[in-house]
Amino acid sequence: MNKIIELKNVTKSFDGQVVLDNINLYIYDNEFLTLLGPSGCGKTTTLRIIAGFETADEGDVIFMGENINAVPPHKRNVNTVFQRYALFPHLNVFENVAFPLREKRVPKAEIESRVTEMLHLVALTGFEKRSVTSLSGGQQQRVAIARALVNNPKVLLLDEPLAALDLKLRKDMQQELKKIQKATGITFIFVTHDQEEALSMSDTVVVMSEGRIQQIGTPVDIYNEPKNAFVADFIGESNILDGVMLDDRKVSFAGHVFDCVDTGFGKRTPVDVVVRPEDVDIVPEAKGMLRGVVTAVTFLGVYYEIIVDIKGFKWMIQTTDFVDVDEHIGLSIEPDAIHIMAKSEYSGMFGDYSSFSMEMDEIGELEEEQLEELGELVDPDEPAEAPAAESETDA
Amino acid sequence: MKMKPLSKVYTALVLLFLFAPILILLVFSFNQSKSLSVFSGFTLYWYRELFRDAETLKAVRNTLLLAVSSSLLATAMGTAAAVGIHRLRSKYLRAALDTVTNIPMINPDIITGISLMLMFVFVGRLFGAATSLNFATMLIAHITFSLPYVILQVLPKLQQMDKALPEAAMDLGCTPLRAFWKVEIPEILPGVLTGLIMAFTLSLDDFVISYFTAGNGFQTLPIRIYNMTKKTVTPKMYALATIIFFVILALLLISNLSDDDTDRKLKAAREKRKAKRAAAG
Amino acid sequence: MKNPNAVRRRSTRIERFCLGPYSAWAVLFIVVPLLFVAYYAFTDNSFHFTTANITRFFTATSSVTDETGAAREVHTYLLIFGRSLKLAVISTVLCLLMGYPAAYIIARAPARTQKIMITLIMIPMWMNFLIRTYAWMTILQDTGILNSFLSALHLRRVHIIGTESAVVIGMVYDYFPYMILPIYSVMAKMDLKLLEAARDLGCNGFGVLRRVIWPLSLPGVISGVTMVLIPSISTFYISQKLGNGKFYLIGDAIEGQYVANNLHFAAAIAFILMVILLAAMAFMQRGANKKAMA
Repeated sequence: MNKIIELKNVTKSFDGQVVLDNINLYIYDNEFLTLLGPSGCGKTTTLRIIAGFETADEGDVIFMGENINAVPPHKRNVNTVFQRYALFPHLNVFENVAFPLREKRVPKAEIESRVTEMLHLVALTGFEKRSVTSLSGGQQQRVAIARALVNNPKVLLLDEPLAALDLKLRKDMQQELKKIQKATGITFIFVTHDQEEALSMSDTVVVMSEGRIQQIGTPVDIYNEPKNAFVADFIGESNILDGVMLDDRKVSFAGHVFDCVDTGFGKRTPVDVVVRPEDVDIVPEAKGMLRGVVTAVTFLGVYYEIIVDIKGFKWMIQTTDFVDVDEHIGLSIEPDAIHIMAKSEYSGMFGDYSSFSMEMDEIGELEEEQLEELGELVDPDEPAEAPAAESETDA
Repeated sequence: MKMKPLSKVYTALVLLFLFAPILILLVFSFNQSKSLSVFSGFTLYWYRELFRDAETLKAVRNTLLLAVSSSLLATAMGTAAAVGIHRLRSKYLRAALDTVTNIPMINPDIITGISLMLMFVFVGRLFGAATSLNFATMLIAHITFSLPYVILQVLPKLQQMDKALPEAAMDLGCTPLRAFWKVEIPEILPGVLTGLIMAFTLSLDDFVISYFTAGNGFQTLPIRIYNMTKKTVTPKMYALATIIFFVILALLLISNLSDDDTDRKLKAAREKRKAKRAAAG
Repeated sequence: MKNPNAVRRRSTRIERFCLGPYSAWAVLFIVVPLLFVAYYAFTDNSFHFTTANITRFFTATSSVTDETGAAREVHTYLLIFGRSLKLAVISTVLCLLMGYPAAYIIARAPARTQKIMITLIMIPMWMNFLIRTYAWMTILQDTGILNSFLSALHLRRVHIIGTESAVVIGMVYDYFPYMILPIYSVMAKMDLKLLEAARDLGCNGFGVLRRVIWPLSLPGVISGVTMVLIPSISTFYISQKLGNGKFYLIGDAIEGQYVANNLHFAAAIAFILMVILLAAMAFMQRGANKKAMA
């Protein structure tokens, strides 16, 4: 596979605040790559630097082997699908899609056939004369994709293109985007804060936080082998515990020595241990490797989500067996369900469910601005994560 | 929501207050005698008189010439200024420009007029000109007091515009300048047109600033009216007022009717679509 | 390697191209003329520095005869200024009292009625204020329509023309639309749900007006008051026509000095007027800000 875009040591700050800190990234021809991270992590800035709307303070952007640092947006062979579509309201559907072709002075007949083809690709045949403002969100989204693709770019940049759509439509568009990417063979760089979206669509996921790349890998790798506590927490649910690697395949955490499958950490090395909630088996208390008390049970349709207090650390466990609150249960964990990570700056910040509630989870998914508005509602003395961090570092 | 009877009565009284004086002028412009209180018979005499009044006709031509040229220039410069202000990054420069832009709008007309006149007279004396006030000084004055209104119409359109639009145009192959012409200009065009119309009407209507900056040779319609009302007035004045009233009425009706027309067309299109969908389902 | 900031440099060039002409124009024809007002105000006919013009405004006296026929020494320009202020404030208050309910009624009317009403209110505004003022002169004259109407009804004729009331009527009529329009535009945007919420929370009709509608419409009121007060305090035609020249206002004083070619004293009066208005506006702005903060 060919590298189509390389970012080398890209650094960018706004008003003295570093938003990208030494980013190094290869993007291969034909792949569907997702930049994933919470808002403010630098994913959109990365995209805008590739598109040419921002210039990096330091570092190089290489496009097909050529440095394009100084190439303005209109001369780059990449196109963007904007977050709120940015369709031109004074032009109809056809003219929006034809816009880049007219700019290139493509012959009329060719414009006609290429636009028609594109509208067919995004299932909007028959909408040519419609005003873009009269379209639904999903239809506008399709016009934006058609417009960005009509120029046959080498790379398509998508800036949270599905964020404004409702859940059902979003799922459909995910499928469709994946299909379009396969059909056209164009490299897609997709920005999202939705981990499920990232896992289900991408060939490669780049997890970012605070202007730095945390991990690059396939969705399966990222989920099963998170590199640090941030990635483990951001992708799916995880119980993250302080542990000590006693030897290869032997790890001690939560007051018990477990068999595991990881090697190469050395002897008596402090590590972070990740156990996914669905990988824990509930057994009678006497047979459990760990023993604890159920403190909360939530029915979620397919399974129950229960919180178990084990020596003061709250575990989240997903199970199809019903247990009751205050029940004493035992837990059993298979060696391959235990994932060991080296200590990082994120150690101790995530992975305890002691202050967990569904509501807090939802708030966590809101945009930052909305969070500020909600600021008054959340009790400032009881932040969701800080006490957990303290209790863990103390332990 | 229906209006309550009391509200209806009150609005009627307000409208009576606003329109009674104009209606009286209108009626007495057709009066045979010069009396302003007794209507003694219908005549078009005063209208004929008016159209024979060369000075008034010349003032009308002057007014139109001034209004057209000042509004076009003010719109061009004001639109460019709005674009520049919108892109300005420096907060201080922006605040300074905003303040200066506001001055002609807050300052009483008489002070704007006096201040421009003093400068023109002073500069004229420097160059030894006998009369320094002429068409050019009036044009400058009219552009100056129209500019803030143009800027105020265009700036909000720029601010409302999705910032991604010009970026999208560049992304699709436009140079920054082409992106401006092809995307930003169509977006702000309604604001530019409103600004142009405002500048035009402000110029047509202005008396105070014109009064101080007009030379002896150049008389606009409001100054002509002022000179007419200085002496004893003939109903010729009323004829002029009546004509002005109907011109304004016609302009407003045309602009409103064309609005209604687009409304109606949209509604019709929507209904057609609905009917089609119903037939298909 | 440092990146050349090509995009940034290009946009600065466009900025300069767009802003250049206007900035130059604004300095040359807005700022500099105001400096000329100050320059003329503080110089004599041979452009030597003097404070005589300013002093004259505060100290010049003249004798007037009051209703009883007794002669009295008064400070000419202070009297004129006081009168301008008084008539302008009365007119502004009347405009507000008349305009506020009207704006409220229009803002609550069906959309189509709103549009028609606003157009109707704008028509007189588009007519030249000289004509509007002149129309009132024909109405209020002793032999005018009003009096022939009154005598037809066998009522007592009234003498209005040449009184302060006539001047106030002229001001209210001329500037009334400037009060309605800004208040209307704020009220039309007001969220009806807020009024319902206030009702829901126990406000009665007057409570809703006092505690919700009025504070929310305040920006419109402030802009309406400024738009009426400033032209009526500085007007110079209305008083000449409707006051029969007996009630000289500050605008008439400036115009009179201009006509008499006393440019330096005209500038001095304009300068003082400007300073007072600026101070008043800064005061009002601060008041509004404080209210917004509270």
